[in-house]
Amino acid sequence: MSDLFLAYESLIAFVFINGLLALSVYATLSCGQLSLANAGFMAIGAYTGALITLRAPAVPFLAVLAASALLPAVVAVPLGLPVLRLRGVFLAIATVGFGEVVRLFFVNWDYTNGALGLVAIPQRTHLWTLVVVLALSLYLFGRLRGSRTGYALEAIREDETAARTMGIHTTAHKLSMLVLGAALAGLAGSLEAHHTFIVSPAGFGFGRVVDMLVQAVVGGTAAFYGPVVGAAFLTVLPELLRELGARLGLAPGPFRLFLNGAILLVVILYLPNGLVSLPARLRRRAREAA
Amino acid sequence: MGQQVLNGIFLGSIYALFAVGYTLVFGVLDILNLAHAAVFTLSAFIALALVDAGLSLWLALPAAVAAAGVIGIVLERIAFRPLRGRADSNISGLISSLAMATVFEAIALQIFGPDISRFPPDTFPDRVIRIGGATASLLQFCIVGISVVLMAVLTLLLARTRLGRQIRAVAESPRAARILGVDVNRAIAVAFFLSSALGGAAGVLFGLAFNSISPDVGRSVELKGLAVIILGGMGSVPGAVVAGFLLGLIEVFTVANLGSSFRDAVSFAVLFLVLVARPRGLFGQAATREA
Amino acid sequence: MTLSLAGVSRAFGGVRAVDDATFTVGDAEVHGLIGPNGAGKTTLLNLISGLLQPTSGRIELDGERIDRLPPHRVARKGVARTYQNIRLFAGLSAVDNVVVGEHQRRRAAFWRRLCLFPSARREEQAAREAAEALLARVGMRERAALPASSFSYGEQRRVEIARALASQPTLLLLDEPTAGMNPNEAAAVARLVREVAREGRTVLLIEHNVRLVMELCHHVTVLNFGKVIARGTPAGIAQDPAVIAAYLGEGP
Repeated sequence: MSDLFLAYESLIAFVFINGLLALSVYATLSCGQLSLANAGFMAIGAYTGALITLRAPAVPFLAVLAASALLPAVVAVPLGLPVLRLRGVFLAIATVGFGEVVRLFFVNWDYTNGALGLVAIPQRTHLWTLVVVLALSLYLFGRLRGSRTGYALEAIREDETAARTMGIHTTAHKLSMLVLGAALAGLAGSLEAHHTFIVSPAGFGFGRVVDMLVQAVVGGTAAFYGPVVGAAFLTVLPELLRELGARLGLAPGPFRLFLNGAILLVVILYLPNGLVSLPARLRRRAREAA
Repeated sequence: MGQQVLNGIFLGSIYALFAVGYTLVFGVLDILNLAHAAVFTLSAFIALALVDAGLSLWLALPAAVAAAGVIGIVLERIAFRPLRGRADSNISGLISSLAMATVFEAIALQIFGPDISRFPPDTFPDRVIRIGGATASLLQFCIVGISVVLMAVLTLLLARTRLGRQIRAVAESPRAARILGVDVNRAIAVAFFLSSALGGAAGVLFGLAFNSISPDVGRSVELKGLAVIILGGMGSVPGAVVAGFLLGLIEVFTVANLGSSFRDAVSFAVLFLVLVARPRGLFGQAATREA
Repeated sequence: MTLSLAGVSRAFGGVRAVDDATFTVGDAEVHGLIGPNGAGKTTLLNLISGLLQPTSGRIELDGERIDRLPPHRVARKGVARTYQNIRLFAGLSAVDNVVVGEHQRRRAAFWRRLCLFPSARREEQAAREAAEALLARVGMRERAALPASSFSYGEQRRVEIARALASQPTLLLLDEPTAGMNPNEAAAVARLVREVAREGRTVLLIEHNVRLVMELCHHVTVLNFGKVIARGTPAGIAQDPAVIAAYLGEGP
């Protein structure tokens, strides 16, 4: 049994890391903002954590993680102030631009070996660390619902103009969620860096934030636990179906991509509220049939 | 300096050609079609496959362009039409196009593999032309020429033909267009055909220009394309043309003066500047901010 | 709360949607704002609530200038509004809509929620009960848990009014609150407006229902092409030749 566990330990770790990343995108989606900056925030957190661990190994891991969450959060503020005024797709594009700028920065920074990145990072991330961090994050989002802030965020998502005339400071709320998402992404980046031994700019491109978005959307953004469900589903499924792919003569890379794309398409077209809305849908279908 | 200008025009013509298709769809549907770059990539591969199979480039190019147009129609039918009428259609459209882009990329990866493919060496005559103190290859001239011709054809089509007027009407207001008797579905399908055909042409030309085709080649152009359409103004075809050439020139001059590590960063600097200072770009409509 | 506008104008390009508007709304008054379609009434409401800035002029609440404030700050001064095209949060239930309206009255204290303090649970409970009471006031108590998108126009308007009342405003801006309502519903809204004014709130009311305006309003301001063409009591402006010309001159 423990052999099985060891074999799948990495997969489980990635389920948690991806869950955290999907939640980080959900933070801004919950108030209706499509921010695609989180690969950039993740990179900042990952490099921060890796650099501290490599250059100052005596610093306790908790402090490293705190720094990995703090720095992206701080960067999020000057990014958010000008950019959160933009509507829908323009915000998305601006944040994609930010993510690319961050990636290019690390590609060109000699101190971090540019495109090669940092290697031999000690594996300080344990499974229980991931469990605790994810659980705390879920708890945070869960408690947000029903609170004054939670209601305000939903209002902003539904109709920002109406929300403003009710006294809701929409920019402050949106900025808070951007900062929260940045902190979570940075945290996840650092946790991943200390799990996979390496940090390189290639892992923080547009494709990475697309993965996060896809997982959040497939899981469902109507519920706070939706993104984590999506992350788990999309991380595990390709592994389970790997056999099938090989049997069909498909290379693992394309097969995984194809699955992601196909599942996303089916969800966005037929199950727009994500996997978490499936039980309610089925129940309604059953009731209508009866 | 003249050499830089020439290089900038050359690069810019491809950016402009790519961006024009991008902005056309946004103008008509108010959706960012993130599968555009995947069509760009697929088209380059199709041209490559045709040339490898023995077809002359002068046949392969139009064939690949036409194929790209057809892919565009299929894309619209599968990923965009079902979403029409939904309240959040621009975000869900974006996600839907992402899904299709992923599927296309998977197909390209499966069929052609992840490595860089090149056109066979004798695909295009290797001749050099001199203008003043600057040199350009015949290939570069042809690429600029083809791009300009295609963009001119599109502009004329939109401005002078009935179909073009219908497309513009739908871009203004689908509901009003329908009331006036325009077949909205057909107009949108045609817009997608044109958009993807041009994007596909850009892909083939890009593949020829840099002789390096791989499944992720669309990714970097896609992001530059975003900078172009933002600079030009979302939905504005003339804007995309002007901004495409502008960005090409800016990029070439930046590399010449600041070094190649800034080549990509400068597009994003432009992007940010425009979004923060004048979100509607050079020729775009207003209303890019909240109330 | 008194509202005063002095020389307020708002231009869009070359078009003056509101042109040199001057009038005052007294404390606890029900004030009607009427005029043909396109006269600038909604634009005026947008200017007061801070969604638009005037290109010239001053808007004051109890003597304090508000025309340069962003919408959420205007709301915090005690202003609440409804919208001509109804802007309910469609994905939320009726009661949730009203709870959002209570935003300014609720205490933030998120850390209490995080630590699972019972006071947080009580606060949330109180917010919901207050919301349900407001829904009862507009006759929508039984439909509280249903999504706002499932209601008829008249019902949605009622929920929107409840939501506006949730912040306990001192100035209530109502944009065609009885549009799409049958006579009974409209009469109920009229009763509510009277009650609200008796509670000491000031109401500025855009209405096309002339009879309602005559019955409810202490004073009326008439707008046409963005300009104030008449001010006075309902009886007075009904006789005003300029007003009659404005309405009749508009055609069928």
